[in-house]
Amino acid sequence: MQIKEQAKVYDVIIVGSGAGGGMATKVLSEAGLKVAVVEAGPYFDPADPEQMTQMKWPYESPRRGAGTVRPFGDFDTAYGGWEIEGEPYTHKDGTKFDWFRSHMLGGRTNHWGRISLRFGPKDFKHKDVDGLGENWPIGYEDVKPYYDKVDKLIGVFGTNEGLPNDPDGFFLPPPKPRLHELFYIKGARKSNMPVIPSRMSMLTKKINKDRGVCFYCGQCSRACQVYADFSSGSCLIFPAQKNGGQIDLYVNSVVREVTTNEEGRATGVSYISKDDRKEYKLKGRVVVLAASACSSARILLNSKSSQHPNGLGNGSNVVGKYLHDSTGASRAGFIPDLMNRKTYNEDGVGGMHVYTPWWLDNKNLDFPRGYHIEVWGGMGMPGYGFGFNPNEFNKFFGLPTGGYGEGLRSDVKKYYGSVIGFGGRGESIAMKDNYCEIDPTTVDEFGIPVLRFHYKWSDFERKQAKHMQETFEELIHNMGGEVLGDRPPKEEDYGLLTPGRIIHEVGTTRMGDDPKTSVVNKHQQLHEVDNVFVMDAGPFVSQADKNCTWTILALAWRASDYLVDQLKQQNI
Amino acid sequence: MDRRKSLKSLFLGTVAGGLAIHGCKPEAEAVEEESAIQGYSYNYGRTPKEKELIMELENEVFFNEHELETIGVLCALILPANDKFGSATDAGAPAFIEFMAKDIPEMQTTLRGGLMWLDHKSNTDFNLEFKSADEAQQKQVLDAIAFYDPEIPMSEQPLEIQFFSMMRNLTLTGYYTSKMGIEDLGYQGNMPNIWDGVPEEVLEQHGVSYDEEWIAKCVDQSKRGVIAEWDEHGNLLT
Repeated sequence: MQIKEQAKVYDVIIVGSGAGGGMATKVLSEAGLKVAVVEAGPYFDPADPEQMTQMKWPYESPRRGAGTVRPFGDFDTAYGGWEIEGEPYTHKDGTKFDWFRSHMLGGRTNHWGRISLRFGPKDFKHKDVDGLGENWPIGYEDVKPYYDKVDKLIGVFGTNEGLPNDPDGFFLPPPKPRLHELFYIKGARKSNMPVIPSRMSMLTKKINKDRGVCFYCGQCSRACQVYADFSSGSCLIFPAQKNGGQIDLYVNSVVREVTTNEEGRATGVSYISKDDRKEYKLKGRVVVLAASACSSARILLNSKSSQHPNGLGNGSNVVGKYLHDSTGASRAGFIPDLMNRKTYNEDGVGGMHVYTPWWLDNKNLDFPRGYHIEVWGGMGMPGYGFGFNPNEFNKFFGLPTGGYGEGLRSDVKKYYGSVIGFGGRGESIAMKDNYCEIDPTTVDEFGIPVLRFHYKWSDFERKQAKHMQETFEELIHNMGGEVLGDRPPKEEDYGLLTPGRIIHEVGTTRMGDDPKTSVVNKHQQLHEVDNVFVMDAGPFVSQADKNCTWTILALAWRASDYLVDQLKQQNI
Repeated sequence: MDRRKSLKSLFLGTVAGGLAIHGCKPEAEAVEEESAIQGYSYNYGRTPKEKELIMELENEVFFNEHELETIGVLCALILPANDKFGSATDAGAPAFIEFMAKDIPEMQTTLRGGLMWLDHKSNTDFNLEFKSADEAQQKQVLDAIAFYDPEIPMSEQPLEIQFFSMMRNLTLTGYYTSKMGIEDLGYQGNMPNIWDGVPEEVLEQHGVSYDEEWIAKCVDQSKRGVIAEWDEHGNLLT
């Protein structure tokens, strides 16, 4: 089978169309460059009625929204999940890592929680604080101008609080708290925990002429048809096309490797078309990998040549290493004071209106780094699972549980909206021994060698999860509530979720000044190949107790500016 | 477009899926192609593969007629009609349960075995299949299995209790995710609106209030349509 080669030579080939790829597409195309975007999944537009799940009713799905096909439920807008047929991954030494992938234009930005937190000054230099991990080669002051630009371009609501490690920004005004969130604020204050308006990228106010304003359906995980939330397609790629950008989208195209010439420089990529299962080649002067931290590492490791026998840019043997996800543990409580609610529309924005940033000093704790607390609850739209064990809380009143008949109706109404839940999302320490590598024994259905993961949590993360559980219990008690379920014991890591479950995996192509200990320089350019950049979360040196998307966006913009400048100066 | 659609449906089954879409082209055409799958009646953004799975499950039959009738009787006992709303059976719960039994096959043995248990019990006690027994007899059977000890994990409880619990769960989900059930519950969302805080009487009922300082930072909904502008310190000007 002959590989089909395109005659056209692009200025830049961008692999992946999520947050990083979308930002690169916008900045590079607006600089006048000819850009190819290569995406493994299909075309997707949140406004396309054929693809839309927003504003659908549960009965429009025969499974009423159950998560049998899409892991976050039938209406969630991620094409993929932790397991994808024909695209396996493996594990080493019985360790665990769950790898979430969403193959579609816009990637995971179509369904994500849209919690948009800047990293703070401490987050870039945390080794200076506790001696653990590594400092970034850049600091907050390097990224701040780009965070500012991202805020203004994409839109994020929140408030300027003057907190030292949760920087202020250019915020849209936040929505008012819901009822359960007022209970949360009250409960948290009893324990002297701060609560502030959440910071999320939905438009509570108009930001430009092209995008609509939030109409409070609470369904951001379904992608917004009026583009009132951030998805890479609706906020970056489509506007770039509209602005006249020279952008060719290659969808359903799975990149196998970066191709190189005799000098070892990149010449483009090869990909497999899912439509005809044939291999193609694209030529480009520069390649930007933004396929997600693990996918970009996989492409680099699979790009072997006589010049790069260990994989592209991997002379250091660091590609794939230092993989880390956020820590995560959850708990829920039943709040009797939230029983017997009057019903009204409290959908709000998708997700929480308030949250708690990390608030403690680790000097007084037995673990490093922190976590933020996410809050959920309220009278949401029923879906699969609604009404399960409808009167389980009767046990708290000494009443029988179960039964049948008209009484169940009143039980359901009595308890509707009386549960509040918490998710802790924290920072783990990046470890060299947590990594992904190529499994030489396994290929996917496109014949591409797959990733094999090796990942273990340490006591740092376990103790953090224990602290989360203690905090959640305290909060629930403060609210006069009953904690649901027993505290997960030590043997279950205190409920610490399997790495990969929080879907904040970062660090596989880490940034640094020293080519021996890092993969990219501070401009996200491979140390070893100057015309290859990585613009997803791979270059993250540490993850912070934040979410990664806003930083991916800011860094991709910064790296793209640098790329344009280097091309202008003919350095690449 | 309509003509093209109808032409495509003529070829259905022979070319669907065989039409390769080229790299640069959006796959709108492919989507259109697949939406013509015979008998497919849903419209909630499925991918072609997902549509196929739904059709596959719908074309499969799990419960036999007798079992479905028994489920119909059972759902109406679990959530009967009242003066305002119909029963779970009226709301279509049995068809939903049939679909779920195929979508989550792990439930099949518990469901089918439980239905057999019901008939066996009813036959033993009344010499009648469960569905043919009178309501008092049916309730007598259910009373013995409808309550559970919440301190014991469900998987350790007797099969008939597990069965009834599963049936109750599916019946209630089936009901409350139906149009009727959503109205009964009083859920008022899933429509465009402007969230401007908890109603005053609700705050009172639950004994909470808004901080003035907090509210001052929140969105002024009368200016939501005005394009945001800031000063250089991040203070919103508009």
